Amino acid sequence: MLLQDTALIFGRYARQTLRSRFAMLFGVLMPLLYLLFFGPLLTDLPLGGEGSSWQVLVPGLLLQLGLFGAAFAGFMIIVEKNHGIVERMRVTPVSRLALLLGRVLRDAAVFVFQAVLLVLAAVVMGLRAPVGGILIGFAFVALLTVSLASLSYALAMRSSSPQAFGPTINAVTMPSMLLSGLMLPMSLAPGWLDALSHVMPFRYLVDAMRDAYVGSYTTASMLYGVLVALGFAGLAVTVGTRVFRKAGA
Amino acid sequence: MPIISTAGLARTFQTKRGPVEAVRGIDLTVKEGEILGFLGPNGAGKTTTLRMLTTLLAPTGGAATVAGHDLATDPAGVRRACGYVAQSGGVDPQVSVREELVTQGRLYRLTKDQAAERAEELARDLGLTDLLDRRTSALSGGQRRRLDIALGLTHRPKVLFLDEPTTGLDPASRADLWDLVRRLRDEYGTTVFLTTHYLDEADALADRLVVVDQGVVVAEGTPSALKLQYGGSIDATLQDTFLAITGRGPAPADSAPVAV
Repeated sequence: MLLQDTALIFGRYARQTLRSRFAMLFGVLMPLLYLLFFGPLLTDLPLGGEGSSWQVLVPGLLLQLGLFGAAFAGFMIIVEKNHGIVERMRVTPVSRLALLLGRVLRDAAVFVFQAVLLVLAAVVMGLRAPVGGILIGFAFVALLTVSLASLSYALAMRSSSPQAFGPTINAVTMPSMLLSGLMLPMSLAPGWLDALSHVMPFRYLVDAMRDAYVGSYTTASMLYGVLVALGFAGLAVTVGTRVFRKAGA
Repeated sequence: MPIISTAGLARTFQTKRGPVEAVRGIDLTVKEGEILGFLGPNGAGKTTTLRMLTTLLAPTGGAATVAGHDLATDPAGVRRACGYVAQSGGVDPQVSVREELVTQGRLYRLTKDQAAERAEELARDLGLTDLLDRRTSALSGGQRRRLDIALGLTHRPKVLFLDEPTTGLDPASRADLWDLVRRLRDEYGTTVFLTTHYLDEADALADRLVVVDQGVVVAEGTPSALKLQYGGSIDATLQDTFLAITGRGPAPADSAPVAV
């Protein structure tokens, strides 16, 4: 039941994505600009750690892609809510978890696709990293988008207008990006900033991905990254499903 | 045994400015095969009641059963037994009529083949066959409404809830929709629970009326019984009767709109 329902909802939204292929590429634009115009500044800087500056920057850009893209996923559901589509689905016996999962899996597929494009561009720019590490990176992007998109849908279900939703998301995403060391590693930071960054879940993800990109798969950072990513995803999906079940809006 | 019965059904919303009692306690029963008109001024709690009866909103008080399923303990049973057509409908403008109908069938757990077949059947029944491959954004108001209702009928529900089904329709489309509602009851025995602001609609279509105001039932009965009791005579207009019931004061006789 759950699988069938999830596949149905996923299919509906995947078709929606395929109807606007241009929008699908649009999300890659911002990280791509960072890659082109910010990446080259780092090549000769001492960033600490192993590997080239690309192995430090690209994991951060991939998470930035997921962070900014998935956090705004909820916009779509505000539109759908106003069309009455969400309620029309909620009066049917369809699984509430599937209503969420179908949507977030579509989002995860879109962002992994964008991540692949970004990595290809990065390889052209000079990135060299083990294939295993790159694949692990995609898995992190998928988990991050599942988590953030779930929370975004949950928030959007409770927001009445895009005007209220947009600023909230902006207020969360910008500090999250800066405090997680997505652009430059937090190992460069003064003690207080480094300490502060440890309250951000994305900090653990980016550290783990940077390890993966230099082929270190069995580090403590990797363990923490996997645990945080899985825990965060579990929590976010639970919250999201609860909202789809109750939804007072 | 009534197909819908509610006892003290209530919903209080918590807002920043304190609790708002949208529905204070609704007691009503609906017989199987009945067309029930659910009337009341704006903000009386009609839509909130409908959303509770269709499991979209959890009640904060009272109890209800729909088609033998308890709202609180068996919401899944209620969902299988009832169809709901909201004021706003519920279709994606970018999606084709066929895709919406098939998806709805699949949401009600039909197989792919069954859903495709049911979509054709519904389209035939509601005059949508020639429109199946059109985007829903290209439909007229009346066609859109027929599609919304087709979606609500996908699983042949015992009870169909219609929230202001004819608002915004032209007279011909309204007349078509009235025929459709009567046909549903006559051919399939569907119980229809509909809200409306058009009193001529309530008069023409409903077997019985329930009038709510400020979250409680203030009157119920057949249109003629209500006219006799509240309007003063069986020849009273439902308009005057309604105003007498809700205490909104009789408006100057000829300037009053047909809708309230």
